[in-house]
Amino acid sequence: MSAKSVHSASVSAQAGGPESPKLLSVAGLSVQLGGRTLVEAVDLDVARGEIVGLIGPNGAGKSTIVKAIAQLLPHRGDIRLDGAPVGRLGARARARRLAYLSQDDQVQWPITVAELVALGRYPHRSGWGGTPGAGDRAAVEAAMRAADVWDLRRRRADQLSGGERARARLARVLAVQAPLVLADEPVAALDPRHQLEVMALLRGHCADGGGAIVVLHDLTLASRFCHRLLLLDRGRAVAAGPVEQVLTPAHLRAVYGIAVVSGRHRGQTYIVPWERDDGPHER
Amino acid sequence: MTTVSRGDTPESEPATEPGYGARAGLGNGPYTDASTGAGSEPGTGPSRAGPGSAPGGGPGIGPETGPPTRPDAAQSAAAAAGWLGALGLVGLLTLGLLGLSLLSLGFGAAPLTWAEVLAGLLGVGPEEHRLIVQQIRLPRVLLAWLLGAALGMSGAALQGLLRNPLAEPGLLGISASAGLGAVLALYFGLTAVSLWALPATAMAGALLATLLLYALTRGGASNLTLILAGVALSSLAGALTSLALNLAPSPASVQDIVLWLLGSIADRSLADVRLVLPFVAAGLALLLAAAPALTLLTLGEAEATSLGVHLPRLRGLVIAGSALSVGACVSVTGTIGFVGLVVPHLLRGLVGHRPGRLLLPSALGGALLVLAADLAIRLLDTPQPLMLGVVTALVGAPFFLALVLRSRRALA
Repeated sequence: MSAKSVHSASVSAQAGGPESPKLLSVAGLSVQLGGRTLVEAVDLDVARGEIVGLIGPNGAGKSTIVKAIAQLLPHRGDIRLDGAPVGRLGARARARRLAYLSQDDQVQWPITVAELVALGRYPHRSGWGGTPGAGDRAAVEAAMRAADVWDLRRRRADQLSGGERARARLARVLAVQAPLVLADEPVAALDPRHQLEVMALLRGHCADGGGAIVVLHDLTLASRFCHRLLLLDRGRAVAAGPVEQVLTPAHLRAVYGIAVVSGRHRGQTYIVPWERDDGPHER
Repeated sequence: MTTVSRGDTPESEPATEPGYGARAGLGNGPYTDASTGAGSEPGTGPSRAGPGSAPGGGPGIGPETGPPTRPDAAQSAAAAAGWLGALGLVGLLTLGLLGLSLLSLGFGAAPLTWAEVLAGLLGVGPEEHRLIVQQIRLPRVLLAWLLGAALGMSGAALQGLLRNPLAEPGLLGISASAGLGAVLALYFGLTAVSLWALPATAMAGALLATLLLYALTRGGASNLTLILAGVALSSLAGALTSLALNLAPSPASVQDIVLWLLGSIADRSLADVRLVLPFVAAGLALLLAAAPALTLLTLGEAEATSLGVHLPRLRGLVIAGSALSVGACVSVTGTIGFVGLVVPHLLRGLVGHRPGRLLLPSALGGALLVLAADLAIRLLDTPQPLMLGVVTALVGAPFFLALVLRSRRALA
């Protein structure tokens, strides 16, 4: 079985013809908070089967965009899920189609990993929470196995290592079974192996017909795992499109003020930030 | 913006995906491709040898990757045990509450047996027993229930909302503010105008304090900020109460107010119970309605919102519920502290630390604690009758101190 065939099958099955709406389409997104413009006129879309990476320096507006799409911040612009304006969806209907993983690792009470992951089923249950049905349990189990936290399911969330908790929180997001996953720096503070695992997990979600937006700082991870990238600087899109069009030395120098070392390995590009480079012109 | 074709992206290399599929096993999701079911082969399959497959496999998943379709009996059993545990806890607390209530109804200057108490309750025994049970002792027991339930559940709900185990109506100044409202009603003689003036002003005080508190600590304040906000509110309410006492026209009314402030459920009537019952019931109902959302708040406000929690509604429920139930009780019983701190803390571990599941047990536990404290006061038989608020503070303050000591690292 080839991945390509799986993917194209799922895309053609779920996305229909070329006219069918994108999983997510964002047009003219602007966010202003306290008189400051954090994001201005950003366009972005995600097709099924696609991971789109948001990259850019600290304060470029990556997290703000993700929060605005998740309807966590007041914003202007048009955000559509499968062609329907997301603002018109009820909170639960929206939650079933869009899962958000925040940058802050906060699990306040020492609940178990299984209970943490099961919280992802809330949008699928009745107003009172109710007892989880077989479908809920199966989704929770599948998510825990996918994120490799099945063995940790009876452990308390506060007793996990950073990598374990990151995977448990990602399992919580996967348990929602929302088509669109918004992950804000899911690999921050993870060791290299766990970084690769988390990114592979998000890829798996997309290979199954979902889509994802991932905020990243690691350029190699962005190059290796994302189908398309959006490079941001001070709230504006600098470049968007396929990896090789976005992660050019000129863009990286202009946005980050760095020079990079890059090369190819097994058909993929790796990028290592090498030194400061403010270029011939002042930024 | 163009959609990238798969050919552009390195990860479309065939080798990676089957290995992933084996791990993902999101078999019941809407995105399942039937063919990934074949991925139930162990994650150590040949795919790991392929290029770019490094993220795919992990040694830890070997034995666990078994057939992913089998519903996990252990997990559902654990979930069932969790629910049974919570139900069992509620049942146990209810039984304890009923037993202690019978004991409390029977105990007094004229001791009654359980049978006599039951007969008195039902009104089938001697008239004397009926009077003692229904008129004298029952209001006390019912007030203990209402007060304890209000304080216990409010404490648990506030701790969930503020995501802080030190939140409690007494410590945070909500009870003191309700007390201030009630004192103002007494001071200005509003009680002569309407029977409802006292609970109304007390609830208004509680509401104001809770809103202020929320404004001061929104967005996950530290323990330190929360306690400081509570201290500030308590001090302000205390100072204004003292001012009212200071300016009070007669020593008699001062003594009335002070005695009432100490907190007691003795010598209350069924009319008092009827006065506060609707408000406490409404308040508890509001708090219970917040239960599922409170559990989700464990994830932080942003992720809880992304899961469909309406934060303003949740805040409104908890703030209004606490203000109604605590405010109404304070108007009849005076300020009684620490119940809302101690009870949720003792019960939290028994419900798996889930804030939503803590509410009902905390209400029952609070009622049990207040009833027990009241019974202890009567058993001690001191020359001057001890006040309930004094006793709960004497027990609760050291408990609070211990909690602070334990979390002193967080405070520092």
